[in-house]
Amino acid sequence: MEKREFTITAYTENTVGLLHRITIIFTKRKINIESITASESEMENIYRFTIAVTETEELVGKVVKQIEKLVEVHKAAYFKKEEVVQQELALYKLATESLTNGLEVERIVREHSARFLTIEKNFVVIEKAGYRREAFALFDELKPFGIKEFVLSGRVAVSRAEHGIGAEVRELLQAETNT
Amino acid sequence: MNTIEAPSKMETKSTKTTERVTGADAVVRILLQEGVDLVFGYPGGAIMPVYDSLYDYQDKIHHVLARHEQGATHAAQGYARASGKVGVCLATSGPGATNLITGLADAQIDSTPMVCITGQVPSALLGSDAFQETDVIGISMPVTKWNTQVTRAEEIPEALAKAFYIAKSGRPGPVLVDITKDAQFQEFDFNYEKCTGLRSYVPVPELDQTKVQEAADLINNAERPYILFGQGVILGNAEKEFKTFIEKTGIPSAWTIMGLSALETDHPLNVGMLGMHGNYGPNLLTNECDVLIAIGMRFDDRVTGNLDKYAKQAKVIHLEIDPAEIDKNVNTDVAVLGDCKESLTELTKLVEPKSHDKWLQRFRDCDAMEQEKVIQNELHPTTDLLSMGEVIRIINEKTNGDAILVTDVGQHQMVACRYTKFNQSKSNITSGGLGTMGFGLPAGLGAALGAPDRTVVTVIGDGGLQMTIQEFATIYQTRAKVKVLLLNNEFLGMVRQWQQLFFDKRYSATEMINPDFQTIAKGYHIPTNKVTERDKLDEAITEFINHDGAYFLEVMVGKENNVFPMVPSGSGVAEIRLE
Ligand SMILES: Cc1ncc(C[n+]2csc(CCOP(=O)(O)OP(=O)(O)O)c2C)c(N)n1
Ligand SMILES: [Mg+2]
Repeated sequence: MEKREFTITAYTENTVGLLHRITIIFTKRKINIESITASESEMENIYRFTIAVTETEELVGKVVKQIEKLVEVHKAAYFKKEEVVQQELALYKLATESLTNGLEVERIVREHSARFLTIEKNFVVIEKAGYRREAFALFDELKPFGIKEFVLSGRVAVSRAEHGIGAEVRELLQAETNT
Repeated sequence: MNTIEAPSKMETKSTKTTERVTGADAVVRILLQEGVDLVFGYPGGAIMPVYDSLYDYQDKIHHVLARHEQGATHAAQGYARASGKVGVCLATSGPGATNLITGLADAQIDSTPMVCITGQVPSALLGSDAFQETDVIGISMPVTKWNTQVTRAEEIPEALAKAFYIAKSGRPGPVLVDITKDAQFQEFDFNYEKCTGLRSYVPVPELDQTKVQEAADLINNAERPYILFGQGVILGNAEKEFKTFIEKTGIPSAWTIMGLSALETDHPLNVGMLGMHGNYGPNLLTNECDVLIAIGMRFDDRVTGNLDKYAKQAKVIHLEIDPAEIDKNVNTDVAVLGDCKESLTELTKLVEPKSHDKWLQRFRDCDAMEQEKVIQNELHPTTDLLSMGEVIRIINEKTNGDAILVTDVGQHQMVACRYTKFNQSKSNITSGGLGTMGFGLPAGLGAALGAPDRTVVTVIGDGGLQMTIQEFATIYQTRAKVKVLLLNNEFLGMVRQWQQLFFDKRYSATEMINPDFQTIAKGYHIPTNKVTERDKLDEAITEFINHDGAYFLEVMVGKENNVFPMVPSGSGVAEIRLE
């Protein structure tokens, strides 16, 4: 089976060590996690992990079941590229001089739909939200001007489905409060 | 991130009388409320407050002092599997905690309910490489169903309530609670309520009747249906439901090593053992059945052999409590999720009464072949050398199949599991998934304490015995009536067999120049005997079984005997070799 890009989403409790428990499942099968983020979700006190991997669908399916099996995970699911709306956030730090030697950098930033987050005396920070490849395309264009720092946030994604698995979690929680 | 613990449903019959106690005292009181009257463990600095509290409750909780923390874990496993209760272990921080890891891994892979409580350095020292500090939470995470660290006394009740609940609910498993020493000393207002549910955790998936119907349809239309059953039947207390189901459908049924004893050996539909050293028919005919019904088993590679050559012709039904097992190794046509006690009951209602005499006869024919080529020789050898099989045969004659069999890991394990007769469930205790040498002696001790009214025979090799031999001291101190059978071939026999068959007889590091086990057992005050001649065997075994108390019997067996049949690793089940 062919390896493809997948996004795994898990709704969880917010407990110490859960991140470690989740990553162990990947380590055991020697799967590389391309990025992993944990954040609040739309539900109070429910957290949400977003994990980016490139793997076969078969393996991703097995991993997702093993994530969902963890005591503190409510629901987990995986999505193909076309099933999610996804973004990453990139920050680029350049010397302020790069702006004073012509309009080139400003043009590039505009063309890439990026923006200046801050312009300080010695440095500027450019922010770009988009796909990973867009972030790297901008990186390549800015490179000649001297990138002092670069960082990418890791993927965040929401599903294109009307309700997503969040609705299932909400139902579970609802059932819980009713009993 | 702030830490909000998963809120748990607590029992509502609130006897809300709080009392001021220390964390350590709370631990012991909670053990009592959870019905624990026996714990295994080993003291040390960081767990001393709990041990101090135990001193006050000696009349209510018996503490078994193992001689190594690994021994404590295997003893707790043996106890849990013989009694059906949760095994409890105590250990100190650092080396005490790391010594638990093998037992935790064993319990995790064999789904054994166990609660381990470790002491930890005071919370102010966490992360500073303090004396005897190890990150036991991190180390034990891959080998526990759940674990947690407690740094304040008031967290103890909820942590332990969850621990017991998680360990025994759904698919059971080991959990670990790490308690800092300051939390053990701290006083707080104690009140305990058992945990009855966690909102993020579904221990038993809801049964889907349409799946039951689909399974029934497949079974009703099958010509050569075949059942593989595992420990799920035992863990689900579903032995009766299982038997009703197979008797109604007349389906031949084979067991995994973990499912052994769920169905009595002599049952006409019990066709034998699956896997690498299982029986001939059960392996061969896996690739001839048309519907394969897996019940509470997980298609371990020791059962399936090469998956590309496994049951490709069959429709597969999988009755299973753990959704992560579905399609993990073998793709399923119908997955019936749920507790098999319930799913088997429902399924039995929908299946038609049948018998499959011709198909069953195939298993009998295979058995006849195996009898002739393997079993007859193993149980009634014609050479002077004693065989492991004949020892087990005579034990069967003396116990009539009523004993609990505990085994270590190796050739003796395979022979004992293949040939021991069982009349009742929860009678086979072995390290199946992890194959942990050193399991047998402590697990035997634990089983004898967990089922004091039953005869417990633990069968061990000369290699494995020396991995946890110190537990003879625990056997002596507890007066556990465990019968220890050493099948001594002066080799790491199972590895030697592979070297003989697959590595040109290059016996690299498998021959053992052994100590005098008789002297050792005597040193531990265990009555002992050694047999080297066939004509002494019967009498020695009679004494071994009848002796009222622990006993050590050593039998010298053929040094280079092999266990057959065998599915060589990498081969398909149908490529099983009889010789
Ligand atoms: C802790 C551990 N180390 C190594 C092994 C690999 N191993 C499996 S069987 C075996 C030989 C066991 O020898 P013995 O206890 O004498 O039993 P026998 O096979 O001779 O009956 C070994 C070394 C293991 N299963 N467990
Ligand atoms: Mg040996």
